[in-house]
Amino acid sequence: MVNLAYVARKVTGLLITVFLVLTFNFYLFRVLPGNPVTLLFRGVGLSAEQIRELTSQFGLDQPLWVQYSAYIRNTLSGNLGISFQSRAPVLNLVLPSLVNTAILLSVASFLSIGAGIFIGIVSAWRRGSKIDITASATTLVLYSMPTFWLGLVLLFIGVIYLHLPVGGMMTISFVTIGALPQLADLTRHMILPLMTLVLGLTGQYVLVMKGALLDVFTEDYMVTARAKGISNSKLLWDHGFRNAVLPMMSLVALNLGLSIGGAVQTETVFSWPGMGLLIYRAILARDYPVLQGAFLVVTVAVILTNFVADMLYPLLDPRVT
Amino acid sequence: MMMTVETQENESYSTSRAYIRAFSAFWGVYKRNKMGVIGLCMLIFFVVVAILAPIIAPYDPSREFLSSTLLPPSWIHLFGTNEAGQDLFSQVIYGTKASLTVGFAAAFIASTIGTLIGITAGYFGQLVRDLLMRLTDFFIVIPALVLMIVLASVMGSGLTSVVLAIGLVGWTGTARVVMSQTLSLKERAFVEASRASGAGDFYILRNHILPNVMPVVFAQTVLVVANSILYEATLTFLGLGNPNQVTWGQILQFAFVSGAILTAWWYVIPPGLSIMLVVLAFSLTGYSLDLVFNPRVRKI
Repeated sequence: MVNLAYVARKVTGLLITVFLVLTFNFYLFRVLPGNPVTLLFRGVGLSAEQIRELTSQFGLDQPLWVQYSAYIRNTLSGNLGISFQSRAPVLNLVLPSLVNTAILLSVASFLSIGAGIFIGIVSAWRRGSKIDITASATTLVLYSMPTFWLGLVLLFIGVIYLHLPVGGMMTISFVTIGALPQLADLTRHMILPLMTLVLGLTGQYVLVMKGALLDVFTEDYMVTARAKGISNSKLLWDHGFRNAVLPMMSLVALNLGLSIGGAVQTETVFSWPGMGLLIYRAILARDYPVLQGAFLVVTVAVILTNFVADMLYPLLDPRVT
Repeated sequence: MMMTVETQENESYSTSRAYIRAFSAFWGVYKRNKMGVIGLCMLIFFVVVAILAPIIAPYDPSREFLSSTLLPPSWIHLFGTNEAGQDLFSQVIYGTKASLTVGFAAAFIASTIGTLIGITAGYFGQLVRDLLMRLTDFFIVIPALVLMIVLASVMGSGLTSVVLAIGLVGWTGTARVVMSQTLSLKERAFVEASRASGAGDFYILRNHILPNVMPVVFAQTVLVVANSILYEATLTFLGLGNPNQVTWGQILQFAFVSGAILTAWWYVIPPGLSIMLVVLAFSLTGYSLDLVFNPRVRKI
């Protein structure tokens, strides 16, 4: 059922893109001012002799292509360098953060895709009605807000009036109390970041769903179905929704980059220990290896998700080859 | 001699007449869109505030009233003061100028890159188009904010890095629109006629393609300004701006880092609302311009 040529094309695309990201990442951080050795041992006061020795130990006196192939080898074997700040391997910092971001982002995406589909259908079906106009206006206003600011406002309201926790993912003292209270604690910490992300992300899904449905409404098969006297609800669900939800699904993966931008801001505001907070702290400390590793891992994660979506798409929509 | 001067005057007179006619034709279509007119009015308001900032702002934004830190709004300090005792109203007014300047500069860079890539991809053959569109897709898939963070931090903090980072990443939308416009333009009769009469690629690009994609590029640029202002605020909030340069994002960064957000709502609301209203103004204007200039845009 799955077309082999299609798979081969997508796999080639995936490999080229990952290779481009790796190369880009390598060169980008080579244009940095200063030698990584002096950056890594800031404030230690190394002698010129020690700097030279460490430079050759790190292979920084080698020709660029030797460094490049070493970089590719290291990265593929999971060695992303050492954090300037905590001296821990970057991979050990990135992996737990990636999991925490995935938890937050998947719940938020699930909720906002659901809300987006629902509001999009209502807006398209009752086009020009009060509901449609309210939804469009709200979407536009929410789009115009920076996500981090929406987070700051919700943080203020949530902490002062609803007595929700200021930030983090769990209350540390709760760790040994058992699974159920722990889950409740996690939920309490998740409410505000989730609200921020869902409000920030829903708008794009509403627009996509509405646009796709309006497109489908003008198709010949819709006119035919209507002429056959099919009921409105059957028309909307069996003919409209099923055809409109497919372009929506392909955009979910494409919009992942945008969602990650929202997650970075949300995590910063609510100290959610994910990639966003890791990146924010790395910016403040000018911790370049962490920035480089985080960028690489986030980008490859997005590319892989898009690849998986590309693989699933022909299974959902037999027209795609 | 007299004759030449007179014809020249006549010519410039008639071209300015032509501009006025073109503009009133444009305005006749544009003004029918109520949202577009509202957006344009808001936009003009913010530009005027930015220009008149030194007159409107009651105090120097960096002046510290040491005995009046974190005061709520009053007649002396309309938006209250921050933890250093600086007048937040003056800071928000001055921030308008910085935020608009950054938005325009970044959008200019993004539009230039986008137009060049779009025209090249649309005009030259399949191979060039495939390569450039693969590059565009690459930039679309990569998380834009994270890429901007990395670029800005490599270039060193400050508004120049922020502008460059936004400009270097934010060109993809323009490139796509310009490419599809160029693709249809190059098949049009007047371009074929020009080519048949021996015009080279560069001549056609400069005299036929570019002038005809410019209106769409203009509408697109207005939309990119909206995005750039959002990204500027975000990057500055994340600590990539210049702490000595007051922008709306910088005010919010100080509010966040100092921990004042849980007590001083007046510190957080005005700069955020300003960002929202400016972005709204540019979005409404941009969409309406797109409706006028890009007849294929479907009204959602």
